[in-house]
Amino acid sequence: MRQVSVKDITKKVRDLCISAACDLEPDVVSAIRSARDREESVLGKEVLGQIIENFEIAGKEHLPMCQDTGISVFFVELGREVALDGLLEDAINEGVRQGYKDGYLRKSVCHPLKRTNTGDNTPAIIHTSIVEGGKVKIKIAPKGAGSENMSRLKMLKPAEGVEGIKAFVVETVKEAGGNPCPPIVLGVGIGGSFEKCAINAKKALLRPLGTQNSDSDLNSLEQELLGKINDLGIGPMGFGGRITALAVHVEASPCHIASLPVAVNIQCHADRHKEVEI
Amino acid sequence: MTEPIRITAPLTDAVIEKLKAGDKVLITGVMYTARDAAHKRLIDLLNAGKELPVDLRGQIVYYVGPTPEKPGEVIGSAGPTTSGRMDAYTPRLIELGLKGMVGKGARSKEVRDSIIAHKAVYMAAVGGAAALIRRSIKKAEIIAYEDLGPEAIRRLEVVDFPAIVVNDIHGGDLFLQGVEKFRRVS
Ligand code: SF4
Repeated sequence: MRQVSVKDITKKVRDLCISAACDLEPDVVSAIRSARDREESVLGKEVLGQIIENFEIAGKEHLPMCQDTGISVFFVELGREVALDGLLEDAINEGVRQGYKDGYLRKSVCHPLKRTNTGDNTPAIIHTSIVEGGKVKIKIAPKGAGSENMSRLKMLKPAEGVEGIKAFVVETVKEAGGNPCPPIVLGVGIGGSFEKCAINAKKALLRPLGTQNSDSDLNSLEQELLGKINDLGIGPMGFGGRITALAVHVEASPCHIASLPVAVNIQCHADRHKEVEI
Repeated sequence: MTEPIRITAPLTDAVIEKLKAGDKVLITGVMYTARDAAHKRLIDLLNAGKELPVDLRGQIVYYVGPTPEKPGEVIGSAGPTTSGRMDAYTPRLIELGLKGMVGKGARSKEVRDSIIAHKAVYMAAVGGAAALIRRSIKKAEIIAYEDLGPEAIRRLEVVDFPAIVVNDIHGGDLFLQGVEKFRRVS
């Protein structure tokens, strides 16, 4: 067994929260730069220029690129040879608490009905899987509400098939319009169960931009969906333009013979994600 | 690209009449911040027949909940939030004399109609451009509802705050017009 201290996890999570809010990852940076080069709308180009200037300032001055520093979502891969000296979830939540305080990030988590703020951005949303080896891999993806609120889930009838899936995805983006701060990235989860397709959609967002789906059918579905979405003309911030989405990522899982769940998770251009390995 | 139009806030009817959907503007002057929770309190006060903590006549409201400022700084990152969440409250404030709104995303038919009927303007700032927009905010002071934290009402003094006109008094709507131009499907 390999001993890992939860204190170490807390420290790493604290730092991840802060760096994710201020530094955009290179895959997103280059996708946005290329979008600016390709955008035909003059206003759209200008909007993308402001988005680029913004993340440059944020990175240089260590400022959050967006004031909505999000609810903290984590995907953890815990090696089965790892022995922790405390609880993983507590360690992560403590890291969030420290990161949001020390990094001057906005605390955006509240009681769902009373709407009272928890004051420290906890509890985090944590998805854990046990994997081979002796390492702990922690991925963070803070999620703002503007794009999360425009996400949708639908239990299709199997007879609706792939055409039904495409129609639902395109309809979701159309309805979202300028609200989720386009250009967006789309995570689509197909199959599984009610909750599995939502988790797949979120996981799909973590695949680096510019990489292909290893499944060739899903890869062509992604390309087709991207074309249809960009034909909507929504454009940067919804002001009209060619680039509404930077990418579409699909993850699929087998499902019940009587169902076809589909989830569409919308991610804004502030596509913040970071990871660390302990 | 055309040069931006410089406007000062509070706004006058003469300025509003000239603004058209798609115009780029740079705002200098005063703006008040308010989001969902502050709007709800304002409307509750009006319903109870009480005075508002701020006179909104002629003013611009900016829908924003900034990050906490670091010690010695004016404000944290401060980009726009989704305006649609304020739609239920907005016509009432426009009737009272509110003249401008800055946020992101589309407005309801009620808000668009109210903008035309009472001569107001809805502008969008670039969502997520919070560190860039922050630079145009020179002063920030909480004037009501401090307990709401990021959602408190702040009085901002801004210089060349960048925005784009979305809904004007002539019925122009940048979201409809812009998308129309680039749509390739029916
Ligand atoms: S949708 Fe994204 S970029 Fe837009 S305000 Fe929310 S977190 Fe920021």
